Amino acid sequence: MSIPTSIKTITQRRETSLILLIGVLLFGVTMRAPNFVSVTNIERIVNDTSILIMVSIGQFFVILTGGIDLSVASMIGLSGMSAAMINQYNPGMPAGFVLIIGMLIGMVLGMINGAAVAYGKVPPIITTLGTMSIYRGMTFVISRGQWVTAHEMTESYMNLPHGNFLGISNLIWWGIVVSVIMFYFSKYTKRGREIYAIGGNKVAAKFVGVEEKKIHMTIFTLSGILSGIAGVMWTSRFAAAVNETAAGFELQTVAACVIGGVSIAGGSGAVVGVVLGALFLGIINNALPVINLSPFYQMFIQGAIVLVAMLINTLSEKRREQELLKGRQQ
Amino acid sequence: MSETILEVKNLTKYFPGIKALDGVHLTIRTGEVHALIGENGAGKSTLVKIMTGVYFPTAGEVLYEGNLLEFKNALDAQNAGIAAIHQEASMFSELSVTENIFMGHHITKGRTRRIDWKAMQKETQALLDELELDIDCNTLVKNLGVAQRHMVEIAKALSLNAQIVIMDEPTSALSMREVEDLYKIVRRLKDAGKAIIFISHKFDEIFEICDYFTVLRDGKYIGEGKVADTNVDEIVTMMVGRSLDQMYPKTDVAIGKTMLSVKNLAQPGYFSNVSFDLHEGEILGFFGLIGAGRSEVMRTIFGIDKRSAGTVSLDGKEVHIADPNDAMNYGIAFVPEDRQSQGVILQMSIAKNITLPQINKLSKYGIINKKREFEVTKTFGEKMEIRAAGWHVDADTLSGGNQQKVVLAKWLATQPRILILDEPTKGIDVATKAAVHEFISEMASQGLAVILISSELPEVLGMADRVIVMHEGKMTGEFSREEANSDNVIKAATGHIEEGVSL
Repeated sequence: MSIPTSIKTITQRRETSLILLIGVLLFGVTMRAPNFVSVTNIERIVNDTSILIMVSIGQFFVILTGGIDLSVASMIGLSGMSAAMINQYNPGMPAGFVLIIGMLIGMVLGMINGAAVAYGKVPPIITTLGTMSIYRGMTFVISRGQWVTAHEMTESYMNLPHGNFLGISNLIWWGIVVSVIMFYFSKYTKRGREIYAIGGNKVAAKFVGVEEKKIHMTIFTLSGILSGIAGVMWTSRFAAAVNETAAGFELQTVAACVIGGVSIAGGSGAVVGVVLGALFLGIINNALPVINLSPFYQMFIQGAIVLVAMLINTLSEKRREQELLKGRQQ
Repeated sequence: MSETILEVKNLTKYFPGIKALDGVHLTIRTGEVHALIGENGAGKSTLVKIMTGVYFPTAGEVLYEGNLLEFKNALDAQNAGIAAIHQEASMFSELSVTENIFMGHHITKGRTRRIDWKAMQKETQALLDELELDIDCNTLVKNLGVAQRHMVEIAKALSLNAQIVIMDEPTSALSMREVEDLYKIVRRLKDAGKAIIFISHKFDEIFEICDYFTVLRDGKYIGEGKVADTNVDEIVTMMVGRSLDQMYPKTDVAIGKTMLSVKNLAQPGYFSNVSFDLHEGEILGFFGLIGAGRSEVMRTIFGIDKRSAGTVSLDGKEVHIADPNDAMNYGIAFVPEDRQSQGVILQMSIAKNITLPQINKLSKYGIINKKREFEVTKTFGEKMEIRAAGWHVDADTLSGGNQQKVVLAKWLATQPRILILDEPTKGIDVATKAAVHEFISEMASQGLAVILISSELPEVLGMADRVIVMHEGKMTGEFSREEANSDNVIKAATGHIEEGVSL
């Protein structure tokens, strides 16, 4: 374990190259718009990205096992709508309490996904494809197609994400707290380790007594909880609960994971990478208008970035394999 | 009538770090069945892959009908008339027999080059009839039995007008009757003047069907001869090189009290009526052909599969093992057969791999004690002499032998009393093999009870205190170290129950 090897591992890590890439991106945008890298603007970007970070981390654990959760956006929509309506009809209820209810609703939705996968043996992509429509449909059913608008919400509800602590907005704090807890969970807990094990080699994990069912319940429930929090934050932040809240957002969470170096096949990836991947997407989204690129390009560019990230993954994997072969010669 | 069709001269193939073949010779004649014999890792598969254009030789040459053979890919080899039928038939199970046989060389007609289904079906049916197979050419392959699939593969080889047919352990998944059918076809091919290369671990097959043999060991050519002029012991000695006692570091250990006692264990469709005792300090060998049900018995004891009948007792007390966690708590460790797919988690570090089975013990309130994790890893990693840049490096950077050591260290770290090893030396180099054998002996001398499942006869004969033989889910023989020899063990493994054997 000489020093050169550890330097090599640092430079080879996806996180390092992402940080560099983000640096280059920020530098490039600043050339066109000098104000882009200001404290207030960076804070704004992080604020905008916090929800994506939270939900992407939930998505990350599902992808880590080789699955996918397509229902995150619908869970955001349903829990967000439910929370907004609870707030609308019970204006006396403390906003923090509404947040907890929203989180619990997300948890239940996630557990339904988990149960279908773990006990019903339905593949994750099919399960969540189904619940994606079911949860979105339920949103329309409970709202009767109506919106909850700003004047129907209480001040304290709308202030949930905006309030601040130590000069940083609550929403950013949520992003930070979730990231730190999930980082710890993935790296230092038994259950986190077991999730990696299932994703890396299901059979080997079974031989050492890892219970796949429990793991499936854990990851989908976690994804639901994080989507639930995100739902409340979303509707309170934009001061509106519409039926299409977060539509298409699931693809952004998958994109954040892929850009962050998470293997779609399962077994490898890290929370830090996912957070950076989400931030990278957030910066792109915020930079496009600043450099006078039409927002119509946004989807196009996002898609292109995902493809390029995928290509980089495959190429670096190939190179790594070749180096492994060389390394085994000794 | 037989003339040389393929000649391998001084063939050498290097892989990074491994000399897979080192100056190998092989002469194949028409109208002859040629047995290619060697232990796992002797280089048989590599040789086949060079002959079929999958690999390129590093040095040496292959002459085919007197011409230097220069295949660019597997298709070239097929077109030249060399066809290989693989261990696990590689077929398109959702497609019909016709489509499978003509995949890659469809018959087309007209200017639009559309597929001529009628012609293909007609030709397929003719081939099937020629082989006297009762299969309709439109049957989907998924509806065929394993034996029938093999026959279809052979038909495919014939459709390519193959002159040399390579069969890689063709009988490993077949029943006795199906094997007879296969023999018939092999004989017919032979009479038609084809050359057949027959790879097998099973001596009875070699003596039944083969005319000539070549033995490889550690990638080297050892010898060849007429099957009629040799016997099992001679071939075993050629395969192993040294006499068994030199090869296997078996130490004499006093056999202690009964630790594990299995009675009438059964799982419908896999095995039935399996009973045996396992003692302290004992190495109990389980021999049998692939699919004999040995691994399934162990999986059931370990709580991975559910049993339908029977009891398992430890130290005289009946125990109920519902899942692997129970088994580990009772001090049983199970090193599964295929380290890549069942043992090691490639994306995880050595440390994480080693501590995975006891992650519960190493954590408190669900949080892992990193310091203790490191200690456990260091202790057992060093004990197994794993060679790596550090304990944090991922398992996929290790050689196969070192990966196997990681798997062994992982189970050893659970400090078991009973160690079940399923084909522990499959696919690893000779040096690591010796290390694994030494490890097994050492475990037994420390009082552990060891179950050794192996398909390699020399290994079982060389390592085990007692050998249990299984065939098609039933125990067909039990021999002490003194009684066991290649003859009676092979017989039992192919379904002949020895007279006077107590079961």
